[in-house]
Amino acid sequence: MSTEVLTRDLAEGNGHADVKLPIYMDNHATTPVDPRVLEEMLPYFTDKFGNSASRNHVFGWTAEEGVEQARERIARLIGATTKEIVFTSGATESDNLAIKGAAEMYREKGNHVITAVTEHKAVLDTCKRLEKYGYRVTYLPVQKNGLIDLDDLKRAIDDKTILVTIMAANNEIGVLQPVAEIGKLCHERGVLFHSDATQAVGKVPMDVQKMNIDIMSISGHKMYGPKGVGALYVRRKNPRVQLAAIIDGGGHERGMRSGTLNVPGIVGLGKACSIAQEEMPAEIKRLGGLRDRLKERIMGRLDEVFVNGTMEHRLPNNLNISFAYVEGESLLMGINDIAVSSGSACTSATLEPSYVLKALGTGDDLAHSSIRFGIGRFNTEAEVDYVADRVVETVNRLRELSPLYEMAKEGIDLASVKWAAE
Amino acid sequence: MAYSNKVIDHYNNPRNVGSLDKSSSEVGTGLVGAPECGDVMKLQIKVNRETQVIEEAKFKTFGCGSAIASSSLATEWVKGKTVDEALAIKNTDIVRELSLPPVKIHCSVLAEDAIRAAIRDWKTKQGEPQPAPATAGKTTA
Repeated sequence: MSTEVLTRDLAEGNGHADVKLPIYMDNHATTPVDPRVLEEMLPYFTDKFGNSASRNHVFGWTAEEGVEQARERIARLIGATTKEIVFTSGATESDNLAIKGAAEMYREKGNHVITAVTEHKAVLDTCKRLEKYGYRVTYLPVQKNGLIDLDDLKRAIDDKTILVTIMAANNEIGVLQPVAEIGKLCHERGVLFHSDATQAVGKVPMDVQKMNIDIMSISGHKMYGPKGVGALYVRRKNPRVQLAAIIDGGGHERGMRSGTLNVPGIVGLGKACSIAQEEMPAEIKRLGGLRDRLKERIMGRLDEVFVNGTMEHRLPNNLNISFAYVEGESLLMGINDIAVSSGSACTSATLEPSYVLKALGTGDDLAHSSIRFGIGRFNTEAEVDYVADRVVETVNRLRELSPLYEMAKEGIDLASVKWAAE
Repeated sequence: MAYSNKVIDHYNNPRNVGSLDKSSSEVGTGLVGAPECGDVMKLQIKVNRETQVIEEAKFKTFGCGSAIASSSLATEWVKGKTVDEALAIKNTDIVRELSLPPVKIHCSVLAEDAIRAAIRDWKTKQGEPQPAPATAGKTTA
């Protein structure tokens, strides 16, 4: 057996007897493929293996049918038409195509792009690349709640602005930017609006018409579809958006993205969208309930615990908490039968704490102490209870080990201590 | 990142956790690191003035598993050593013992600093004037 499934009956007998370990609660990183998705994909690896661009035989036609059905399902979920869906390898590629493609296509109109400091690196680093090519980029700050201030955006738009790119839901803190208001503003000012909706599509209602979104990035593996497939919505009317391709070749996807289509992946993405569409209302309710339960069971039993980002405008399945005086990586180590993420520097490749949390004005100390919980379709109430108990128990243990907690309890103001910076 | 078994053992069963009376003349306290860097170590030693032997050592650490393990190991190692012997402990010894990966070497550096800071504090209490900290940017708070 390759993945050993452990079951553990906690000695305290506190009702976790049948929880299967390890528990996956990192659903913003990726999600498991829904078995219903996998089932639809499988024939496209074997019997229906054709190249959807093969026009002259049944193998090609069959593959094309699968692709076109997926296109319809995606379009339906987001209020688009099928001709507005371009398949890509994932949201990073979608973001690159949207931003670089629009920047190149509209270069004569202007050279200014607006984004926000809490965007995913796929957007931020793409914008930085544009700066090297002579574009001007405005990085909007966010408020303490994680949301941009619309007045900041209004002020930032000038006659050279060609694109505003603001994410729908943040991947770390799950906050939902006011995309409908942003879209309205952009349309009034004649500026294109791209939204990286990787974390939002399939989780919360996204409608490109109602929200005035012109270009939108979509990922398969964040919504129980496969990895390596994504899509880009590109508006065809009011206005008609054109993008310069970044991958040239056989002219697939109306010239916007060449390369043989990942047919099984696309079929999976389509199925994931149709499941999401059907189950979203119930899922929002269920995951929101689990998330609130997790929050209560952690925050009700620990002092000096803080939620990062607004709870009011937030993905139903996201919780991001800082546990003062406890370092995030050591906390992860203590709950090693639970998969979650931390904003601690020690867990990042750059050895810098989360730039998203820093942008909210969260001090570096609390950024180091943050844990992101991403509840998913396959998590249960028993798992949530187990996770809460393990977190509380581990935080308490690590606080006993923490000189900062001891100092705080002695009444020492940690901010007044002259720390020697490393 | 996968931890070595020794790091995991120190993390799960940290040795010598706790605090000594920092106002005692026999106790030296070292507090190094900073919360915004994600690592703070407090290491305390109780020294027999006659023999110069470190009879007790305690620590508390805010930091990753490797930081906790490094300071836990440091308390184990300094116990029973004379002050001069303890000063000979090098961060590289800690790296080797715990098989720390390159990104965690700073944890061992901090543990060495904590030992030195605690000894410096104790020596100051014994009336020995102490030179400024040898490691730039690290002080006892």
